[in-house]
Amino acid sequence: MIHSLFLINCSGDIFLEKHWKSVVSQSVCDYFFEAQEKAADVENVPPVISTPHHYLISIYRDKLFFVSVIQTEVPPLFVIEFLHRVADTFQDYFGECSEAAIKDNVVIVYELLEEMLDNGFPLATESNILKELIKPPTILRSVVNSITGSSNVGDTLPTGQLSNIPWRRAGVKYTNNEAYFDVVEEIDAIIDKSGSTVFAEIQGVIDACIKLSGMPDLSLSFMNPRLLDDVSFHPCIRFKRWESERVLSFIPPDGNFRLISYRVSSQNLVAIPVYVKHSISFKENSSCGRFDITIGPKQNMGKTIESITVTVHMPKVVLNMNLTPTQGSYTFDPVTKVLTWDVGKITPQKLPSLKGLVNLQSGAPKPEENPSLNIQFKIQQLAISGLKVNRLDMYGEKYKPFKGVKYVTKAGKFQVRT
Amino acid sequence: MTDSKYFTTTKKGEIFELKAELNSDKKEKKKEAVKKVIASMTVGKDVSALFPDVVNCMQTDNLELKKLVYLYLMNYAKSQPDMAIMAVNTFVKDCEDPNPLIRALAVRTMGCIRVDKITEYLCEPLRKCLKDEDPYVRKTAAVCVAKLHDINAQLVEDQGFLDTLKDLISDSNPMIAESHPSSNLLDLNPQSINKLLTALNECTEWGQIFILDCLANYTPKDDREAQSICERVTPRLSHANSAVVLSAVKVLMKFMEMLSKDLDYYGTLLKKLAPPLVTLLSAEPELQYVALRNINLIVQKRPEVLKHEMKVFFVKYNDPIYLEKLDIMIRLASQANIAQVLAELKEYATEVDVDFVRKAVRAIGRCAIKVEQSAERCVSTLLDLIQTKVNYVVQEAIVVIKDIFRKYPNKYESVIATLCENLDSLDEPEARAAMIWIVGEYAERIDNADELLESFLEGFHDESAQVQLQLLTAIVKLFLKKPTETQELVQQDSDNPDLRDRGYIYWRLLSTDPVAAKEVVLAEKPLISEETDLIEPTLLDELICCIGTLASVYHKPPSAFVEGGRGVVHKSLPPRTASSESTESPETAPAGAPPGEQLDTVPTQGDLLGDLLNLDLGPPVSGPPLATSAVQMGAVDLLGGGLDSLIGAPSFVAPPAAAVPANLGAPMGSGLSDLFDLTSGVGTLSGSYVAPKAVWLPAMKAKGLEISGTFTRQAGSISMDLQLTNKALQVMTDFAIQFNRNSFGLAPAAPLQVHAPLSPTQTVEISLPLSTAGTTWGPPCFQVAVKNNIDVFYFSTLYPLHILFVEDGKMDRQMFLATWKDIPNENEAQFQIRDCPLNAGRAPEPCACPCCPVPCPQP
Repeated sequence: MIHSLFLINCSGDIFLEKHWKSVVSQSVCDYFFEAQEKAADVENVPPVISTPHHYLISIYRDKLFFVSVIQTEVPPLFVIEFLHRVADTFQDYFGECSEAAIKDNVVIVYELLEEMLDNGFPLATESNILKELIKPPTILRSVVNSITGSSNVGDTLPTGQLSNIPWRRAGVKYTNNEAYFDVVEEIDAIIDKSGSTVFAEIQGVIDACIKLSGMPDLSLSFMNPRLLDDVSFHPCIRFKRWESERVLSFIPPDGNFRLISYRVSSQNLVAIPVYVKHSISFKENSSCGRFDITIGPKQNMGKTIESITVTVHMPKVVLNMNLTPTQGSYTFDPVTKVLTWDVGKITPQKLPSLKGLVNLQSGAPKPEENPSLNIQFKIQQLAISGLKVNRLDMYGEKYKPFKGVKYVTKAGKFQVRT
Repeated sequence: MTDSKYFTTTKKGEIFELKAELNSDKKEKKKEAVKKVIASMTVGKDVSALFPDVVNCMQTDNLELKKLVYLYLMNYAKSQPDMAIMAVNTFVKDCEDPNPLIRALAVRTMGCIRVDKITEYLCEPLRKCLKDEDPYVRKTAAVCVAKLHDINAQLVEDQGFLDTLKDLISDSNPMIAESHPSSNLLDLNPQSINKLLTALNECTEWGQIFILDCLANYTPKDDREAQSICERVTPRLSHANSAVVLSAVKVLMKFMEMLSKDLDYYGTLLKKLAPPLVTLLSAEPELQYVALRNINLIVQKRPEVLKHEMKVFFVKYNDPIYLEKLDIMIRLASQANIAQVLAELKEYATEVDVDFVRKAVRAIGRCAIKVEQSAERCVSTLLDLIQTKVNYVVQEAIVVIKDIFRKYPNKYESVIATLCENLDSLDEPEARAAMIWIVGEYAERIDNADELLESFLEGFHDESAQVQLQLLTAIVKLFLKKPTETQELVQQDSDNPDLRDRGYIYWRLLSTDPVAAKEVVLAEKPLISEETDLIEPTLLDELICCIGTLASVYHKPPSAFVEGGRGVVHKSLPPRTASSESTESPETAPAGAPPGEQLDTVPTQGDLLGDLLNLDLGPPVSGPPLATSAVQMGAVDLLGGGLDSLIGAPSFVAPPAAAVPANLGAPMGSGLSDLFDLTSGVGTLSGSYVAPKAVWLPAMKAKGLEISGTFTRQAGSISMDLQLTNKALQVMTDFAIQFNRNSFGLAPAAPLQVHAPLSPTQTVEISLPLSTAGTTWGPPCFQVAVKNNIDVFYFSTLYPLHILFVEDGKMDRQMFLATWKDIPNENEAQFQIRDCPLNAGRAPEPCACPCCPVPCPQP
């Protein structure tokens, strides 16, 4: 199982190590550094590396590498999932998952790691249980602790640990009982030169923020549940009810959690809310080229498209770009050759465009590759798949909670080929 | 107020300082000190010197301090076994603490102290905790049993912990049944499977992974049981944890094997498998990587699962390079979607990333080979790409076009002209070799093939071995096809033994039997197919059983991973059964064991996760004959066989020659026509090569005397090795031999001595020393007369020229010229050979041989 964990920052320093069985020497990370060197780019380090005696399984999160050492055959996905869970927990506890935050809370980190993994097997990974065992640091608590000499470590057995609903702690009390759901959909799409869709799908999630006292039993129903044919559920959801009635029935964890994630595949037609007109050309035997893109709305269901950003990785021979945006501002990084255009909102009366000249390295051959445009945008109050929550009912508790649903559509990996 | 302050003490007497603080009376100071110790531990500093002082802090009612000390203990107990004993008392005491949290903590830490001496003391408290009233403590204790087993298996069995564990599985609280590693210790039978399935719904996601992996090792007794397990496992496909999903996929993929294909349920299951696999691809890149490696296996086993999902494998430009979506795209390519795939691949071929572009171009070639109907489009796509003149694209395209020629010979030769235009831009060995192969193969259709090859030949010595070999072969091909134009191309010398040997072989072939040479070199090559890059089926089946494991990421059998290899049994897919009667599988049921029982238990052994115990199975069952190395073995055999027949057969007959490239061709690309790669193994060629004996005089023609023989040269003396066999019914005596005058004046240096009379069916081997003292005259043809008591027989043969070569073949210039002039004028003739019909009756002109240092007189 998971034998050891090393946390490594971007400059290659091992700043934390934790061993669950015997101590493994840091030198095992040399294999990792070797692979990192080979990969050139941090994102391209292969997640599974074999060494003569161990396997290194790593993830890259928030500019940190979580490298785990494995000695026996183990499902790599299990390890990767666990490492992400560790990173999530740090994020949850310290507000960010960074080297500084981890170093500042090294003792809590160590206690958490010990609690999450026992002898290499996961023990308590639910944030609710962990928070009962080890309280997250707050300024208030650290002041109180230093005065009273009490500690962050809980001294009673967490109640959820053994119940059938390990995700919920007992005795939750709120004065305002609230339940909020965020339906967030991301469009992954590849649009080809001519503007037709090569591939498009919607990745959706419903994130919940539940602050309800006691043991509420919720059921959430949709206007059009048929849309959801490929779903992953939080363990709290009763699968049988979903199969038979297409209703999400669950006892929620306390606080923030992801209720379901779903995918609306390409079989259903995916509406593409924006279009891009582009012409990028490089002249033969001259050191300049033309660049011209215009963005316009399309199938946006009458909503405004906001926070549009266009990112383009220009070919290596591009030296500089002289462009004029009709709206927003642009930057070009001559080192990474990345052009970023922060567009803002689209107003249909005047479509935003970015035009100008591209300066190429003189003497270099005309670039062959066509840069892809990567587009980010956001549409409030719209789930592009058409998913709509019908109603939320609560059983098991007497009070009347405040309920709310919010929809938002974003671009995921949305790219336009030129 | 952050913990980073603990890192700042890097002064000289740090350890000393800490020691003082640890022994301080103030609780608060103690705690701070322990925190400092822990902080140094986290960065890998050795603070084991503080062991006694830290352990002293253990006796405390402050839970946090206790936890910290335990953390320290786990790290260093192993390095300080003697001191660790000091902690035992506290553990025993903590195990009886009223707070279950502390009891559990003590049991947990105890199990992590991997010191033999201590474990003995721990049995008693552990036994108590296994029966604790608090389920959390019971669970922790159960896990502790597994840990202990890791350290000392014998002890666990002696103490009877396993029985207690078995009782726990039926514990009222499902959390205990989940105590994952322990469930791997137990054998599986339908009852316990049922319990596991129940627990599956109630335990944590991590527990589910272990239970699913456990289930995957179980072999259901019939298809009905398989189906019912599948039904209960399918809900896991919608779990948020991708590891759970993949483990569930593994169980389903394995048990599906048992379901009959025309069952409705089978179809439903197939449909259910696709969405979760696709969902995995929208996760973090690391998860995607593992998922893709596994999907690669799944599409090879059951392409129907994902056949409609091609589009999700389309590559986005910011995907990490280690994702291998292209591979899967090609596996899913079919006539129906080939247009899409090709358009997509063409798009990739204009990307920025050079490596990726190369992969894309290669993928187009593989599509052409896989989907026959699309070959034409693929070729035209490749031609378009070649027109871009982007150097690496062109090179890659030429390499794949060579493969396409191998698959569809004589179909797309029209593109050769375009390829030839790009000849100059090729600078990578593989591309050059591919181009040379194409030129050689289609020499007759390329007007200036000789010029092209000559242009390659200019820098012959600077080329890599791959190109040199290919060039040699191509030139020989050209020679055979257009003998007039290539005379002067063939002479080169090299230090590379492979190359030299191949040269020798060609030369010998050409000089002895050009017809055979033609048959060998220009033999019809077997077609290649897309199968070449598939995983071999038995290995694939084994890997399917290992979906989600490291084995599946590396596509290697699990036996290649587990160190020590104890209890590793090849996993095999269960056989498809129509009824419950035919459960006996030849692969899983070892001989002599009651099949039913063994089927239940054997798979537990193969379990790699626990791998802890063989329970009462006795010695590990030897792996079923799923020879994973069968492929390599086969290849080796074939090589051996091929060599034998190559050398053994005097005239190179087509069948073995054709068989060999069939297998050599298997690894895609490169040396497809490299029949003579084999020769690297034949070291005897250089110097004193001895041809196998050939029958010179058949028994029919010589009244029962059969003579076969060969020529050798050893240490400067030439000899003729003869084998005389008496196939007549009478005894033969009085042997004598005489040679006709011949071009090098070979003559027997001693009389033929056959000591005893040759009785019927007897064979005798004679080595007849030869000298070159005879008269030099006439053709290289060598006429021999053999006499015995019955009659005089005549036969003619050819001797290989190399037996005449002196070992120190070097000749200085003057000497050479002098020798040349010594040749009488009437022996010198000059003419050009046209359409030279080379046949066995005449030796070919030796000047065509790359290694002939002596100019030979012409008849």
